[in-house]
Amino acid sequence: MQPGVIDSRNLSPGQRVAVKYFIAALVLFLAQVVFGLIIGLQYLMPDLFLGSLDFSTARMVHINAMIVWMLFGFIGSIYWLVEEEAGVSLVGQWLANLIFWVFSIAVSVVVVVYLFVQYGPGEHSSLWLINEGREYIEAPRWADIGIVVCMLAFFYNIAATFMKGKWSGISGVLVLDLVALAGLYLAGMFYSTNISMDQYWWWWVIHLWVEATWEVLVGCIMAWGLIKTIGAKRKIVTTWLYIEVALMFGSGILGLGHHYFWIGTPEYWLTVGGFFSALEPVPLVAMVVHAIYDAGVHRFKSGNHPALAWLIAHAFGNFFGAGVWGFMHTLPQINLYTHGTQWSASHGHLAFFGAYATINIAVFYLAIQKWRGNVWMSAGMPGNGWKWKWSLALLNLGMIGMTMALLISGYEQSFVERALGGSTWSAYFQAQQTAWFVQGMFWRQVFGYIFAIGTVLLIWDLLTVGRGEHRPQAQLEEVMTA
Amino acid sequence: MSTTLWWASEEFWRKTAVWVTAFMAVVLIFLTFDSVKKITAGSQRVPAYTVINQRIYYRWNAERGMQEPVIGDEAPLFGQKLDADAAWALVDKGKLTIQARNCMNCHTLLGNGAYYAPDLTKAWLDPAWAAEPVRETLMLQFLLDPETNARGFGSNRKMPNLHLTEDEARGIIAYLKWMSAIDTNGFPRNFKPIAQPGD
Ligand code: HEC
Ligand code: HEM
Ligand code: HEM
Ligand SMILES: [Fe+2]
Repeated sequence: MQPGVIDSRNLSPGQRVAVKYFIAALVLFLAQVVFGLIIGLQYLMPDLFLGSLDFSTARMVHINAMIVWMLFGFIGSIYWLVEEEAGVSLVGQWLANLIFWVFSIAVSVVVVVYLFVQYGPGEHSSLWLINEGREYIEAPRWADIGIVVCMLAFFYNIAATFMKGKWSGISGVLVLDLVALAGLYLAGMFYSTNISMDQYWWWWVIHLWVEATWEVLVGCIMAWGLIKTIGAKRKIVTTWLYIEVALMFGSGILGLGHHYFWIGTPEYWLTVGGFFSALEPVPLVAMVVHAIYDAGVHRFKSGNHPALAWLIAHAFGNFFGAGVWGFMHTLPQINLYTHGTQWSASHGHLAFFGAYATINIAVFYLAIQKWRGNVWMSAGMPGNGWKWKWSLALLNLGMIGMTMALLISGYEQSFVERALGGSTWSAYFQAQQTAWFVQGMFWRQVFGYIFAIGTVLLIWDLLTVGRGEHRPQAQLEEVMTA
Repeated sequence: MSTTLWWASEEFWRKTAVWVTAFMAVVLIFLTFDSVKKITAGSQRVPAYTVINQRIYYRWNAERGMQEPVIGDEAPLFGQKLDADAAWALVDKGKLTIQARNCMNCHTLLGNGAYYAPDLTKAWLDPAWAAEPVRETLMLQFLLDPETNARGFGSNRKMPNLHLTEDEARGIIAYLKWMSAIDTNGFPRNFKPIAQPGD
C-alpha cells in the first residue's frame, strides 16, 4: 500500500463496488446541476428551448438525476460500510457488480428516452415506456419494476452479509429501514384516475422517504461516520441512533398529514398533520447536538478534515433545510397560502442539499482517502487544501443564496397570487411579474452559477485530492494527543 | 454497565424506538382506511365522474369558514350527457394524457407539482375563460394551440404546443371540470370563480 496512489487493492470487495456507485452518483450530480441551470434560466428567458427542451422535460431530468444520485450514494455507502460492520466480506460480489451495471444502464436508457422521446400519447403504454408524469417518480413502469428487482438483490446481499457475520445496533436499524424504504416505493407504482387517491399514495413515497426512512438511513451512516472520523464511542452513538429513530418516526410518520391538507382528504388531517409535522424538527435538533457534541468532545480532530467538515454541514443543513425551512410552512394556517409556491422550492432545495447531498459528499471523501491508500487528509494538505475548502464554501454559499432568493420570490407569490389574487390564472402571472419576484429569480440564477462552480471544483478535488501525498492518514490517537 | 441510568440505557431506547414506530404506523394505517374511503370517487368529498354533467360552483360556506364546491343543476360537458362508464372513460383519458404529457412538471394540480405555470385545481372555474357559453370552446382552442392563444397577462412565458389530439384535449377538460368539484378544504382560498347562471 503506497499512500497517494489510487489502487483498488486498498479497498475491500464491497468497497470496490461502492466506488462505482460513487462515480455514477457524481456524474448524475453534475447532470442535475446542468439541468437546474437550464430551468432556472427558462424562468428568465421563457423562449429558451421552447418546443425542443421544454421546462417540464428539463425539470424532470433535474429532479430525477437528484433522486437517483442520492440513492446511488446511499447504496454505495452501505456497500462501503457493510463488511466492516459485519466483520466478513460481501456475500455476493459478482451479484453486486451485476446489479450496478443493470441499474446504471437502465438509468441511462430512461434518461435518453426522457430527452429524445419526451412524452407520448394519453395511453397506458406511455406510462409503461416513456414517463409516468408523477413528480420525482417519473421513471416509466418498466424501470420501476427493474428498480424493485435491483433493490431486492441489493437487500439480499446486505442482509446475507450481516447474517453471515455479526449484527450491531447500527446494522439492525439499517436493515429494517431498508425494508421500509423499498416497500414504500411500491406505493408509487400504480395508476389511478382519481387525483386525490393518486396524491395520497404518491406522498407515501415522497414524504415517508425523505422525512422518515432516508433520515434514519443517513442517521445510520452518520453514526458509523462519527465512529470512523473522530473515533466516537459505539455505545453512545448507538443509543443516540435509537433516540433519533424514536423521535423521527414518532413525528415523521403522522407528519405525512402536512401533505393531506388540500388534496381532498378529510379535515382531521389539518390537526394531525399540523401537530405531528411541527414536531419533526425535534429529532433534527437532537442530531445537531449529537454531532457537534461528539465532535467537540474529540476536539474536532479527525483523520479526514473534508469528511468531518461535510458531516458538520450535514448536521446543520438538515436542521435548517428540513427543520427550520420545513417548519416555516408546515402549519395549515400558513400552508394554505404558501402551498405550491416558490416557498416549497426554497425548502426543497435547502433540505435535499443540506440533509442528503452533504452526507453523500462526506462519504465520497472517506472513500477517496482509502482508495488512495489511507492518505493524509488532515491539517496541512498541499495548497492548504484550497480545493476542498473553496468547493465547500461555494456549494454552501450557492445553496444558501438560491434558497434565500427563492424564499423572497415565495413570499411575494404567496401574498400577491394566493392571498390577494385568489390563485387565478391572471393572479399567477401578476405575482410572477412583481419586481421582487423577478429579482428573486435573477439572484437564484446567479447563486446557481456559484453552486455550479462549486460542483466542478468538488469533482476536481475528489479526482485529485491526496495525489502525490506520501504521508499516511493521521491516526486518531495521534491527533488526540497532538 | 450497572451505573447507566435507565433512561440513558441503550436497551430502553431500543425498545422505545420499536414501540413508537409500531404505534405510529398502526395509527397511520387506521387513518388511511378511513381516508381512502372518503376520497374514493363518488364520495362526499371526491365526487363521481358523472359530476361533469352538472354545473359546478365554488361558494363560501360561512359555517366552515371556507369556500367549497357546490354541485348545481344539469350542464353537460360539450352538450352531451354521459352515463357513468362514458364519463369515467372521458375523465380517465384526461388523466392518462396529463401524466403522459408531463403537465405536472410545469403546473400544480391540487397545489402539487411544478411552479412554472398556474395551478390547475380550479382551472375549470377560472374567470379568464370569459363566460360559461364560450368556456368549453376557448379551453379546447387553448389546449390545442397554446402558443397562438397565449395570454401571459403581460409575461411572455408560454405553454408549448404539446400536440394534443382533440380527444385528449376533451378528456383533459373533463378532468379539469371533475377536479374542480373536489372538496379541498378551501384551497385555493379567496378564488374568484367565473360567473355562471345562478350566481
Ligand atoms: C412546459 C411547461 C408546460 C407544460 C408541460 C404544460 N403547461 Fe399548461 N401552461 C403553461 C404556461 C406557461 C401557461 C400559461 C400560458 C399563458 O398564459 O399563455 C399554461 C396554461 C395552461 C392552462 C390555462 C391556465 C388556467 O389557469 O386555466 C391550462 C388549462 C393548461 N395550461 C393545461 C395544461 C395541461 C392539461 C398540460 C398537459 C397536457 C399542460 N398545461 C402542460 C405551461 C405548461
Ligand atoms: C430532509 C428532509 C426533507 C426534505 C428532503 C424535504 C423536501 C421537500 C420537498 C422537495 C418538497 C416539495 C415537494 C413537492 O414537489 O411538492 C417538500 C414539501 C414540504 N415539506 Fe419538506 N422536506 C424535508 C423535511 C421537512 C420537514 C421536517 C418539514 C416540517 C417540519 C417539512 C415540511 C414540508 C411541507 C409543509 C411541504 C409542503 C409544501 C407545499 O405545501 O407546497 N419538510 N419537502
Ligand atoms: C445549479 C443550481 C440549481 C438550479 C439553478 C436549480 C433550479 C431549479 C428549478 C428552476 C426548479 C424548478 C422549480 C419550479 O418548479 O418552479 C428546481 C426544482 C428542484 N430542485 Fe433545483 N436547482 C439547482 C440545484 C439543485 C440542487 C443542488 C438540489 C438538491 C440537492 C436541487 C433540488 C431540487 C428539487 C428537490 C426541486 C423540486 C422542488 C419542488 O418541487 O418544490 N436543485 N430546481
Ligand atoms: Fe413532508
